[in-house]
Amino acid sequence: MAPNGAKVVASQAELDRRKVVGVNLETVTDVTSTDFPGHWPGEDHSWSIEKFREACSVQFYKRSNLETEFSLIGVDASIANAYRRIMIGEIPSLAIERVYIYNNTSIIQDEVLSARLGLIPLTLPGGVRKLKWCAKPEEGEEVESNDSNTIRLSLKIACTHNRDAAPGERDPLKAYHHAHVYARDIKWIPFGNQVEVFGGEDAITALNPDILIAKMRPGQVMDIEMDAILGVGSDHTKYSPVAPASYRLLPTIDILKPIIGADAEKFSRCFPPGVIELQPISKKEAAKAGSGYEGHEGEKRAVVVNAMKDTVSRECLRHDEFKDKVRLGRIRDHFIFSVESVGQWNSDELFLESVALLRNKAEALQAQVRALPQ
Amino acid sequence: MSQAYQVPTVAPSTTRDVAGDGPAINYLCGDCNSKVPLKRGDPIRCKECGHRVLYKERTKRMVQFEAR
Repeated sequence: MAPNGAKVVASQAELDRRKVVGVNLETVTDVTSTDFPGHWPGEDHSWSIEKFREACSVQFYKRSNLETEFSLIGVDASIANAYRRIMIGEIPSLAIERVYIYNNTSIIQDEVLSARLGLIPLTLPGGVRKLKWCAKPEEGEEVESNDSNTIRLSLKIACTHNRDAAPGERDPLKAYHHAHVYARDIKWIPFGNQVEVFGGEDAITALNPDILIAKMRPGQVMDIEMDAILGVGSDHTKYSPVAPASYRLLPTIDILKPIIGADAEKFSRCFPPGVIELQPISKKEAAKAGSGYEGHEGEKRAVVVNAMKDTVSRECLRHDEFKDKVRLGRIRDHFIFSVESVGQWNSDELFLESVALLRNKAEALQAQVRALPQ
Repeated sequence: MSQAYQVPTVAPSTTRDVAGDGPAINYLCGDCNSKVPLKRGDPIRCKECGHRVLYKERTKRMVQFEAR
């Protein structure tokens, strides 16, 4: 409370200024948020659902099966980071977990081969909800795997001489059959009712067929069966459904004093294409006293058109001619997410799933808090 | 009750049986990678190239690994 007891209300300009993280040549200022009760004397910063609803928004820029870009505006960094971490580590996906090697005479060792196989992204038509969890067995117990929780795959391949190859052929791919083992050589072995559930005999394959697993020479063979099960990224990265999920803060570029002519040209080259545009100075602007454009009619000036494209390289701060003419910053509560799915989820579905998971966690916490003795 | 060490009455034979009997086991030549079936008492030598280093074949048993 202010000394006289009246509430202080900050102007919108002041509130906007507080949201900006300053990016200087060698330092970063105002990193932490200050919109919590007790920081600004007399101002009301108590949390309310109405205020949150008004401030929070989500805006999608790009949404395709594998790649999504959107803005999450008006939330604290802890919330945005929680979504990111849930997308990476807690949304389930299918990956190879158990490898049964009957024969492997290639030079790549069994253990290394197993680790490589585990990292291959698999397709899963219909999504992970069609599968149940396969519990890790207790010590000395058998795995309880059935058609509802396990996908069985096989890799059976042998390298042989190609009799049709030209004599003296040096290219192993032409001289031998199966000199390279690719992810497309992994075949799904449906059992139970899996063909109906997932639709088709070859519904589950490697998402990227050209991943190189091993190289072989004539006489070498691989005879491997694999079990793929559901898991989460916090257990092992191979289960992470994103590659990657990340966010950055919206950059701001404020041109404080006019940048004109050759300087403007140089200024625009300090940024990625599309951030700065060169616009001619109009007669009206040139006529206005104190605008800084006097007598520059028709010359080019630098105008910020799309700060979102900026990578905040700070290149413009290195040049003396732009000293005190430009101020860089980032908006603290504007998170530009970039989510790339590895195939089992639609990329925009991933964010919704992370919201649902965080909600479940909050509800679980609420129930536990309520159960505390008063 | 402790017993004193007794010298074994039958000494273990240190010489191989010269007569080759029993099943032939396949080995792999360290030089030419050809299969070399050897019986007990056979000279350790590749029949194709005469190389004297032979390797055992990989086990036929399934080996399980965790993919991590």
